Amino acid sequence: MTWTLFELLLQASLMTILVSAVSILAGLAIAIVLSAMRMSGNAALKGFAVVFISFFRGVPLLVQLLLIFNLLPSLGITLPSLATALIGLSLCTAAYQAENLRGGFEGVAPGLIESAEMAGFTRAQSFFWIRTPIALRMTFPALVNEAILILKASSLVSVVGLIELTKMAQNLAASTYQPLPIFASAGLIYLAINVVVAFLGRRAERALPGLPSA
Amino acid sequence: MTDPAIRIATLSKKFGDTLVLRDISLEVPRGQVTCLIGPSGSGKSTLLRCMAFLEEPTSGSIEIEGEPLGFTGTGSARRRQSPAELRRVRGKIGMVFQQFNLWPHMTALGNVSAALRRVRGLPRAEAEARGMAQLDKVGLKERAGHYPAQLSGGQQQRVAIARALALDPTIMLFDEPTSALDPELTGEVLTVMRALADEGMTMVVVTHEIGFAASVAHTVCFLDHGRLLFHDTPEKVFAAPREPRLEQFLDTYLDRGAQMLR
Repeated sequence: MTWTLFELLLQASLMTILVSAVSILAGLAIAIVLSAMRMSGNAALKGFAVVFISFFRGVPLLVQLLLIFNLLPSLGITLPSLATALIGLSLCTAAYQAENLRGGFEGVAPGLIESAEMAGFTRAQSFFWIRTPIALRMTFPALVNEAILILKASSLVSVVGLIELTKMAQNLAASTYQPLPIFASAGLIYLAINVVVAFLGRRAERALPGLPSA
Repeated sequence: MTDPAIRIATLSKKFGDTLVLRDISLEVPRGQVTCLIGPSGSGKSTLLRCMAFLEEPTSGSIEIEGEPLGFTGTGSARRRQSPAELRRVRGKIGMVFQQFNLWPHMTALGNVSAALRRVRGLPRAEAEARGMAQLDKVGLKERAGHYPAQLSGGQQQRVAIARALALDPTIMLFDEPTSALDPELTGEVLTVMRALADEGMTMVVVTHEIGFAASVAHTVCFLDHGRLLFHDTPEKVFAAPREPRLEQFLDTYLDRGAQMLR
Protein backbone atom coordinates (compact mmCIF):
# COMPACT_ATOMS: atom_id res chain seq x y z
CA MET A 1 0.00 0.00 0.00
CA THR A 2 1.76 3.11 -1.21
CA TRP A 3 0.91 6.78 -0.93
CA THR A 4 0.12 6.82 -4.63
CA LEU A 5 -2.57 4.19 -4.17
CA PHE A 6 -4.02 6.09 -1.23
CA GLU A 7 -4.04 9.27 -3.30
CA LEU A 8 -6.02 7.50 -6.01
CA LEU A 9 -8.54 6.44 -3.36
CA LEU A 10 -8.77 10.02 -2.09
CA GLN A 11 -9.35 11.31 -5.60
CA ALA A 12 -12.12 8.76 -6.12
CA SER A 13 -13.68 9.77 -2.80
CA LEU A 14 -14.22 13.25 -4.28
CA MET A 15 -16.56 11.59 -6.79
CA THR A 16 -18.33 9.85 -3.89
CA ILE A 17 -18.78 13.19 -2.14
CA LEU A 18 -19.94 14.94 -5.31
CA VAL A 19 -22.50 12.28 -6.23
CA SER A 20 -23.83 12.11 -2.66
CA ALA A 21 -24.03 15.86 -2.10
CA VAL A 22 -25.81 16.56 -5.38
CA SER A 23 -28.21 13.65 -4.81
CA ILE A 24 -29.07 14.76 -1.28
CA LEU A 25 -29.84 18.32 -2.40
CA ALA A 26 -31.71 17.36 -5.55
CA GLY A 27 -33.52 14.69 -3.55
CA LEU A 28 -34.51 17.30 -0.96
CA ALA A 29 -36.00 19.56 -3.62
CA ILE A 30 -37.93 16.64 -5.14
CA ALA A 31 -38.99 15.53 -1.65
CA ILE A 32 -40.55 18.91 -0.85
CA VAL A 33 -42.68 18.68 -3.99
CA LEU A 34 -43.47 15.00 -3.33
CA SER A 35 -44.60 15.53 0.25
CA ALA A 36 -46.74 18.48 -0.84
CA MET A 37 -48.35 16.16 -3.40
CA ARG A 38 -48.67 13.42 -0.80
CA MET A 39 -50.58 15.79 1.51
CA SER A 40 -52.62 17.33 -1.29
CA GLY A 41 -56.38 16.95 -1.53
CA ASN A 42 -56.01 16.10 -5.23
CA ALA A 43 -56.35 12.33 -5.60
CA ALA A 44 -54.17 12.13 -8.74
CA LEU A 45 -51.27 14.06 -7.19
CA LYS A 46 -51.56 12.12 -3.97
CA GLY A 47 -51.76 8.80 -5.82
CA PHE A 48 -48.67 9.60 -7.87
CA ALA A 49 -46.71 10.49 -4.73
CA VAL A 50 -47.83 7.34 -2.91
CA VAL A 51 -46.82 5.10 -5.81
CA PHE A 52 -43.52 6.93 -6.34
CA ILE A 53 -42.60 6.71 -2.68
CA SER A 54 -43.53 3.06 -2.27
CA PHE A 55 -41.63 2.10 -5.43
CA PHE A 56 -38.41 3.87 -4.54
CA ARG A 57 -38.58 2.77 -0.92
CA GLY A 58 -39.59 -0.76 -1.73
CA VAL A 59 -37.18 -1.72 -4.52
CA PRO A 60 -33.47 -2.17 -3.67
CA LEU A 61 -31.33 0.75 -4.81
CA LEU A 62 -29.06 -1.64 -6.73
CA VAL A 63 -32.04 -2.90 -8.73
CA GLN A 64 -33.24 0.69 -9.32
CA LEU A 65 -29.84 1.69 -10.66
CA LEU A 66 -29.69 -1.33 -12.97
CA LEU A 67 -33.22 -0.59 -14.16
CA ILE A 68 -32.39 3.04 -14.98
CA PHE A 69 -29.09 2.02 -16.56
CA ASN A 70 -30.86 -0.43 -18.89
CA LEU A 71 -34.19 1.34 -19.32
CA LEU A 72 -33.00 4.72 -20.55
CA PRO A 73 -30.92 3.39 -23.50
CA SER A 74 -33.87 1.22 -24.58
CA LEU A 75 -35.91 4.44 -24.74
CA GLY A 76 -33.21 5.95 -26.91
CA ILE A 77 -31.78 8.10 -24.11
CA THR A 78 -28.09 7.74 -23.51
CA LEU A 79 -26.70 9.51 -20.50
CA PRO A 80 -23.20 9.59 -19.06
CA SER A 81 -22.81 7.31 -16.07
CA LEU A 82 -22.55 10.30 -13.72
CA ALA A 83 -26.00 11.51 -14.75
CA THR A 84 -27.46 8.01 -14.44
CA ALA A 85 -26.00 7.66 -10.96
CA LEU A 86 -27.33 11.08 -9.91
CA ILE A 87 -30.84 10.31 -11.17
CA GLY A 88 -30.92 6.95 -9.39
CA LEU A 89 -29.64 8.21 -6.07
CA SER A 90 -31.71 11.41 -6.13
CA LEU A 91 -35.00 9.65 -6.80
CA CYS A 92 -34.29 7.05 -4.15
CA THR A 93 -33.37 9.53 -1.43
CA ALA A 94 -36.27 11.78 -2.46
CA ALA A 95 -38.72 9.02 -1.53
CA TYR A 96 -37.21 8.64 1.95
CA GLN A 97 -36.84 12.37 2.50
CA ALA A 98 -40.45 12.97 1.43
CA GLU A 99 -41.68 10.72 4.21
CA ASN A 100 -39.38 12.38 6.75
CA LEU A 101 -40.60 15.80 5.65
CA ARG A 102 -44.24 14.79 5.79
CA GLY A 103 -43.76 14.15 9.49
CA GLY A 104 -42.30 17.64 9.77
CA PHE A 105 -45.09 19.29 7.78
CA GLU A 106 -47.72 17.57 9.87
CA GLY A 107 -45.93 18.72 13.01
CA VAL A 108 -46.30 22.42 12.12
CA ALA A 109 -48.86 23.77 14.60
CA PRO A 110 -52.13 24.71 12.83
CA GLY A 111 -52.04 28.08 14.59
CA LEU A 112 -48.88 29.04 12.70
CA ILE A 113 -50.68 28.43 9.42
CA GLU A 114 -53.74 30.33 10.63
CA SER A 115 -51.61 33.32 11.53
CA ALA A 116 -50.09 33.23 8.04
CA GLU A 117 -53.59 33.06 6.58
CA MET A 118 -54.63 36.08 8.62
CA ALA A 119 -51.52 37.94 7.46
CA GLY A 120 -52.72 37.51 3.88
CA PHE A 121 -50.44 34.68 2.75
CA THR A 122 -51.87 32.52 -0.02
CA ARG A 123 -51.71 28.75 0.49
CA ALA A 124 -48.63 28.57 -1.73
CA GLN A 125 -46.90 31.48 0.04
CA SER A 126 -47.66 29.96 3.40
CA PHE A 127 -46.29 26.60 2.24
CA PHE A 128 -43.11 28.17 0.92
CA TRP A 129 -42.36 30.78 3.61
CA ILE A 130 -43.85 29.27 6.74
CA ARG A 131 -44.47 25.52 6.57
CA THR A 132 -41.41 24.39 4.61
CA PRO A 133 -38.75 26.21 6.66
CA ILE A 134 -40.30 24.99 9.91
CA ALA A 135 -40.65 21.41 8.63
CA LEU A 136 -37.04 21.46 7.40
CA ARG A 137 -35.79 22.54 10.80
CA MET A 138 -37.85 19.93 12.59
CA THR A 139 -36.59 17.15 10.34
CA PHE A 140 -33.00 18.36 10.04
CA PRO A 141 -31.51 15.51 12.16
CA ALA A 142 -33.25 13.02 9.88
CA LEU A 143 -31.77 14.83 6.88
CA VAL A 144 -28.24 14.44 8.27
CA ASN A 145 -28.97 10.78 8.88
CA GLU A 146 -30.15 10.41 5.29
CA ALA A 147 -27.01 12.13 4.02
CA ILE A 148 -24.88 9.54 5.80
CA LEU A 149 -26.95 6.67 4.42
CA ILE A 150 -26.65 8.06 0.90
CA LEU A 151 -22.89 8.51 1.22
CA LYS A 152 -22.63 4.81 1.97
CA ALA A 153 -25.25 3.80 -0.60
CA SER A 154 -23.30 5.72 -3.26
CA SER A 155 -20.91 2.75 -3.32
CA LEU A 156 -23.59 1.02 -5.41
CA VAL A 157 -23.36 3.45 -8.32
CA SER A 158 -20.27 1.63 -9.59
CA VAL A 159 -22.74 -0.69 -11.36
CA VAL A 160 -23.57 2.09 -13.83
CA GLY A 161 -19.89 2.50 -14.59
CA LEU A 162 -19.00 5.41 -12.36
CA ILE A 163 -15.62 5.23 -10.70
CA GLU A 164 -16.11 6.35 -7.13
CA LEU A 165 -14.39 5.27 -3.96
CA THR A 166 -15.60 1.65 -3.83
CA LYS A 167 -15.09 1.03 -7.55
CA MET A 168 -11.59 2.51 -7.37
CA ALA A 169 -10.80 0.27 -4.40
CA GLN A 170 -12.01 -2.76 -6.35
CA ASN A 171 -9.91 -1.82 -9.36
CA LEU A 172 -6.80 -1.19 -7.26
CA ALA A 173 -7.30 -4.40 -5.28
CA ALA A 174 -7.54 -6.37 -8.51
CA SER A 175 -4.45 -4.83 -10.06
CA THR A 176 -2.19 -4.80 -6.98
CA TYR A 177 -3.30 -8.00 -5.23
CA GLN A 178 -3.47 -6.09 -1.93
CA PRO A 179 -7.19 -6.18 -1.17
CA LEU A 180 -6.92 -5.96 2.60
CA PRO A 181 -5.04 -2.63 3.01
CA ILE A 182 -6.91 -1.09 0.11
CA PHE A 183 -10.42 -1.96 1.34
CA ALA A 184 -9.40 -1.03 4.89
CA SER A 185 -8.27 2.37 3.59
CA ALA A 186 -11.50 2.83 1.65
CA GLY A 187 -13.48 1.98 4.77
CA LEU A 188 -11.53 4.50 6.80
CA ILE A 189 -12.12 7.20 4.19
CA TYR A 190 -15.91 6.54 4.28
CA LEU A 191 -15.78 6.65 8.08
CA ALA A 192 -13.83 9.93 8.06
CA ILE A 193 -16.25 11.58 5.65
CA ASN A 194 -19.25 10.50 7.70
CA VAL A 195 -17.73 11.62 10.97
CA VAL A 196 -17.24 15.04 9.42
CA VAL A 197 -20.81 15.08 8.06
CA ALA A 198 -22.22 14.14 11.47
CA PHE A 199 -20.08 16.81 13.16
CA LEU A 200 -21.12 19.51 10.70
CA GLY A 201 -24.73 18.38 11.06
CA ARG A 202 -24.65 18.85 14.82
CA ARG A 203 -23.02 22.26 14.44
CA ALA A 204 -25.62 23.34 11.90
CA GLU A 205 -28.43 22.05 14.08
CA ARG A 206 -27.27 24.21 16.97
CA ALA A 207 -27.00 27.22 14.68
CA LEU A 208 -30.55 26.81 13.33
CA PRO A 209 -32.61 29.42 15.09
CA GLY A 210 -35.92 29.36 16.68
CA LEU A 211 -36.87 25.85 17.67
CA PRO A 212 -37.16 24.73 21.27
CA SER A 213 -34.40 22.16 20.73
CA ALA A 214 -32.07 24.75 19.19
CA MET B 1 -75.06 55.98 7.40
CA THR B 2 -71.80 54.12 7.55
CA ASP B 3 -71.77 50.40 8.08
CA PRO B 4 -70.67 49.04 11.44
CA ALA B 5 -67.18 47.52 11.62
CA ILE B 6 -68.71 44.07 11.93
CA ARG B 7 -72.32 43.04 11.44
CA ILE B 8 -73.26 39.52 12.47
CA ALA B 9 -76.74 38.36 11.51
CA THR B 10 -78.47 35.22 12.80
CA LEU B 11 -75.22 33.31 12.93
CA SER B 12 -75.20 29.67 13.97
CA LYS B 13 -72.29 27.26 14.09
CA LYS B 14 -72.31 23.51 14.46
CA PHE B 15 -69.36 21.23 15.10
CA GLY B 16 -70.77 17.94 13.86
CA ASP B 17 -74.11 17.65 15.61
CA THR B 18 -73.20 20.03 18.41
CA LEU B 19 -74.62 23.51 18.12
CA VAL B 20 -71.93 25.81 19.55
CA LEU B 21 -73.38 29.16 18.46
CA ARG B 22 -77.12 29.76 18.28
CA ASP B 23 -78.67 32.49 16.24
CA ILE B 24 -76.28 35.28 17.17
CA SER B 25 -76.84 38.80 15.92
CA LEU B 26 -74.47 41.56 16.90
CA GLU B 27 -73.12 44.82 15.55
CA VAL B 28 -69.63 45.94 16.46
CA PRO B 29 -69.42 49.73 16.10
CA ARG B 30 -66.35 51.33 14.59
CA GLY B 31 -63.74 52.74 16.92
CA GLN B 32 -65.05 50.90 19.94
CA VAL B 33 -63.90 48.03 22.13
CA THR B 34 -66.23 45.07 22.42
CA CYS B 35 -65.40 42.36 24.93
CA LEU B 36 -66.80 38.86 24.74
CA ILE B 37 -67.02 37.17 28.11
CA GLY B 38 -68.53 33.95 29.30
CA PRO B 39 -67.64 30.58 30.79
CA SER B 40 -65.43 28.05 29.01
CA GLY B 41 -67.27 26.38 26.20
CA SER B 42 -69.75 29.23 25.87
CA GLY B 43 -68.69 29.75 22.24
CA LYS B 44 -66.97 33.12 22.59
CA SER B 45 -63.72 32.03 20.89
CA THR B 46 -65.66 30.29 18.13
CA LEU B 47 -67.66 33.49 17.57
CA LEU B 48 -64.45 35.51 17.32
CA ARG B 49 -62.93 32.97 14.92
CA CYS B 50 -66.06 33.21 12.78
CA MET B 51 -65.44 36.97 12.56
CA ALA B 52 -62.11 36.12 10.89
CA PHE B 53 -63.61 33.23 8.92
CA LEU B 54 -61.18 30.85 10.61
CA GLU B 55 -64.39 28.97 11.40
CA GLU B 56 -67.13 28.78 8.82
CA PRO B 57 -70.55 29.76 10.09
CA THR B 58 -73.09 27.01 9.49
CA SER B 59 -75.72 29.62 8.76
CA GLY B 60 -76.12 33.37 9.06
CA SER B 61 -73.83 36.05 7.74
CA ILE B 62 -70.93 38.26 8.70
CA GLU B 63 -70.14 41.60 7.12
CA ILE B 64 -66.92 43.50 7.58
CA GLU B 65 -67.51 47.22 7.03
CA GLY B 66 -70.50 46.34 4.90
CA GLU B 67 -68.78 43.65 2.82
CA PRO B 68 -69.64 39.97 3.18
CA LEU B 69 -66.94 37.77 4.70
CA GLY B 70 -66.40 34.18 3.61
CA PHE B 71 -69.72 33.67 1.86
CA THR B 72 -71.76 35.80 -0.46
CA GLY B 73 -75.51 35.50 -0.57
CA THR B 74 -77.62 33.76 2.05
CA GLY B 75 -79.65 30.59 2.34
CA SER B 76 -79.55 28.38 -0.74
CA ALA B 77 -77.85 31.16 -2.72
CA ARG B 78 -74.91 31.14 -0.31
CA ARG B 79 -71.61 30.78 -2.14
CA ARG B 80 -68.04 30.63 -0.90
CA GLN B 81 -65.89 33.61 -1.73
CA SER B 82 -62.84 33.02 -3.86
CA PRO B 83 -59.61 32.83 -1.86
CA ALA B 84 -58.54 36.18 -3.31
CA GLU B 85 -61.80 37.87 -2.34
CA LEU B 86 -61.61 36.36 1.16
CA ARG B 87 -58.05 37.64 1.53
CA ARG B 88 -59.11 41.11 0.43
CA VAL B 89 -61.93 41.38 2.99
CA ARG B 90 -59.78 39.73 5.67
CA GLY B 91 -57.11 42.33 5.01
CA LYS B 92 -59.11 44.72 7.18
CA ILE B 93 -58.74 42.37 10.14
CA GLY B 94 -55.75 41.80 12.39
CA MET B 95 -55.85 38.74 14.61
CA VAL B 96 -54.06 38.01 17.87
CA PHE B 97 -54.15 34.45 19.16
CA GLN B 98 -54.04 32.94 22.63
CA GLN B 99 -50.89 30.97 21.77
CA PHE B 100 -49.22 33.97 19.98
CA ASN B 101 -48.53 31.82 16.91
CA LEU B 102 -45.31 33.59 16.06
CA TRP B 103 -43.32 31.87 13.32
CA PRO B 104 -40.44 30.23 15.21
CA HIS B 105 -37.90 30.44 12.37
CA MET B 106 -38.08 34.22 12.10
CA THR B 107 -36.86 36.93 14.44
CA ALA B 108 -39.31 39.37 16.00
CA LEU B 109 -38.58 41.78 13.16
CA GLY B 110 -38.90 38.95 10.62
CA ASN B 111 -42.33 38.08 12.00
CA VAL B 112 -43.50 41.67 11.86
CA SER B 113 -42.16 42.38 8.36
CA ALA B 114 -42.74 38.99 6.65
CA ALA B 115 -46.19 39.71 5.25
CA LEU B 116 -45.16 43.20 4.15
CA ARG B 117 -42.38 41.64 2.11
CA ARG B 118 -43.92 38.39 0.89
CA VAL B 119 -47.55 39.41 0.53
CA ARG B 120 -47.44 43.14 -0.07
CA GLY B 121 -44.17 42.95 -1.97
CA LEU B 122 -42.44 45.83 -0.22
CA PRO B 123 -38.67 46.02 -0.52
CA ARG B 124 -36.90 44.56 2.48
CA ALA B 125 -35.65 47.89 3.83
CA GLU B 126 -39.07 49.49 3.74
CA ALA B 127 -40.82 46.45 5.24
CA GLU B 128 -38.27 46.31 8.04
CA ALA B 129 -38.54 50.04 8.72
CA ARG B 130 -42.30 49.69 9.07
CA GLY B 131 -41.90 46.56 11.17
CA MET B 132 -39.42 48.33 13.42
CA ALA B 133 -41.88 51.18 13.94
CA GLN B 134 -44.51 48.68 15.08
CA LEU B 135 -42.06 46.91 17.40
CA ASP B 136 -41.19 50.31 18.85
CA LYS B 137 -44.87 50.94 19.46
CA VAL B 138 -45.17 47.81 21.60
CA GLY B 139 -41.89 48.63 23.34
CA LEU B 140 -39.78 45.86 21.80
CA LYS B 141 -37.47 47.66 19.40
CA GLU B 142 -34.46 46.33 21.32
CA ARG B 143 -35.67 42.75 20.87
CA ALA B 144 -36.04 42.99 17.08
CA GLY B 145 -33.29 40.42 16.46
CA HIS B 146 -34.56 37.88 19.00
CA TYR B 147 -36.32 34.69 17.98
CA PRO B 148 -39.68 33.86 19.60
CA ALA B 149 -38.06 31.14 21.73
CA GLN B 150 -35.78 33.82 23.21
CA LEU B 151 -38.69 36.05 24.27
CA SER B 152 -41.02 35.84 27.28
CA GLY B 153 -44.67 35.04 26.69
CA GLY B 154 -45.66 38.65 27.21
CA GLN B 155 -43.03 39.84 24.73
CA GLN B 156 -44.13 37.24 22.20
CA GLN B 157 -47.70 38.40 22.46
CA ARG B 158 -46.62 42.03 21.98
CA VAL B 159 -44.69 41.00 18.87
CA ALA B 160 -47.84 39.23 17.67
CA ILE B 161 -49.82 42.44 18.17
CA ALA B 162 -47.16 44.41 16.28
CA ARG B 163 -47.26 41.82 13.48
CA ALA B 164 -51.02 42.28 13.09
CA LEU B 165 -50.76 46.10 13.28
CA ALA B 166 -48.04 46.22 10.63
CA LEU B 167 -50.66 45.36 8.00
CA ASP B 168 -52.77 48.41 8.91
CA PRO B 169 -55.98 46.63 9.88
CA THR B 170 -59.05 48.66 10.78
CA ILE B 171 -60.32 45.94 13.12
CA MET B 172 -58.30 43.95 15.66
CA LEU B 173 -59.54 40.63 17.01
CA PHE B 174 -58.01 39.25 20.20
CA ASP B 175 -58.63 35.62 21.16
CA GLU B 176 -57.88 35.33 24.89
CA PRO B 177 -54.61 37.24 24.39
CA THR B 178 -53.47 36.89 28.00
CA SER B 179 -54.78 33.44 28.91
CA ALA B 180 -51.48 31.71 28.19
CA LEU B 181 -49.49 34.23 30.27
CA ASP B 182 -48.33 34.30 33.87
CA PRO B 183 -50.21 36.95 35.85
CA GLU B 184 -47.16 39.23 35.97
CA LEU B 185 -46.81 39.16 32.19
CA THR B 186 -50.48 39.87 31.59
CA GLY B 187 -50.12 43.55 32.49
CA GLU B 188 -47.68 44.45 29.72
CA VAL B 189 -49.99 43.01 27.08
CA LEU B 190 -53.07 44.72 28.51
CA THR B 191 -51.17 48.02 28.56
CA VAL B 192 -50.46 47.73 24.83
CA MET B 193 -54.11 46.87 24.21
CA ARG B 194 -55.30 49.82 26.29
CA ALA B 195 -53.10 52.18 24.27
CA LEU B 196 -54.54 50.76 21.07
CA ALA B 197 -58.08 51.27 22.37
CA ASP B 198 -57.21 54.87 23.27
CA GLU B 199 -56.16 55.45 19.64
CA GLY B 200 -59.66 54.51 18.59
CA MET B 201 -58.92 51.10 17.09
CA THR B 202 -61.97 48.89 16.64
CA MET B 203 -61.31 45.90 18.87
CA VAL B 204 -63.13 42.69 19.68
CA VAL B 205 -61.59 40.92 22.64
CA VAL B 206 -62.40 37.50 24.02
CA THR B 207 -61.13 37.69 27.56
CA HIS B 208 -61.30 36.38 31.09
CA GLU B 209 -59.80 39.67 32.31
CA ILE B 210 -63.00 41.09 33.75
CA GLY B 211 -61.09 44.11 35.06
CA PHE B 212 -59.91 44.94 31.53
CA ALA B 213 -63.42 44.47 30.15
CA ALA B 214 -64.86 46.67 32.88
CA SER B 215 -62.40 49.51 32.36
CA VAL B 216 -61.74 49.49 28.59
CA ALA B 217 -64.77 48.02 26.84
CA HIS B 218 -67.56 50.14 25.41
CA THR B 219 -69.71 47.02 25.12
CA VAL B 220 -69.56 43.75 27.01
CA CYS B 221 -71.22 40.69 25.49
CA PHE B 222 -72.02 37.76 27.71
CA LEU B 223 -72.25 34.37 26.06
CA ASP B 224 -73.45 31.17 27.63
CA HIS B 225 -74.04 27.82 25.92
CA GLY B 226 -73.69 29.34 22.49
CA ARG B 227 -76.22 32.11 23.12
CA LEU B 228 -75.53 35.80 23.29
CA LEU B 229 -77.46 36.34 26.51
CA PHE B 230 -77.05 40.10 26.40
CA HIS B 231 -74.72 42.93 25.53
CA ASP B 232 -74.54 46.31 27.18
CA THR B 233 -72.15 48.87 28.62
CA PRO B 234 -69.82 47.45 31.26
CA GLU B 235 -71.47 49.63 33.92
CA LYS B 236 -74.82 48.01 33.29
CA VAL B 237 -73.41 44.50 32.85
CA PHE B 238 -71.24 44.49 35.95
CA ALA B 239 -73.07 46.84 38.31
CA ALA B 240 -76.41 45.13 38.36
CA PRO B 241 -76.26 41.70 36.76
CA ARG B 242 -79.81 40.79 35.92
CA GLU B 243 -79.10 37.29 34.80
CA PRO B 244 -78.47 34.62 37.41
CA ARG B 245 -76.07 32.96 34.94
CA LEU B 246 -73.95 36.12 34.69
CA GLU B 247 -74.06 36.64 38.43
CA GLN B 248 -72.81 33.11 38.97
CA PHE B 249 -70.08 33.65 36.36
CA LEU B 250 -68.93 36.94 37.87
CA ASP B 251 -68.81 35.49 41.37
CA THR B 252 -65.96 33.29 40.24
CA TYR B 253 -64.06 36.38 39.08
CA LEU B 254 -64.69 38.64 42.06
CA ASP B 255 -61.04 38.62 43.02
CA ARG B 256 -60.08 39.86 39.57
CA GLY B 257 -61.30 43.40 40.06
CA ALA B 258 -64.93 43.29 39.11
CA GLN B 259 -66.08 43.83 42.69
CA MET B 260 -65.08 47.47 42.58
CA LEU B 261 -67.93 48.08 40.18
CA ARG B 262 -70.57 46.37 42.21
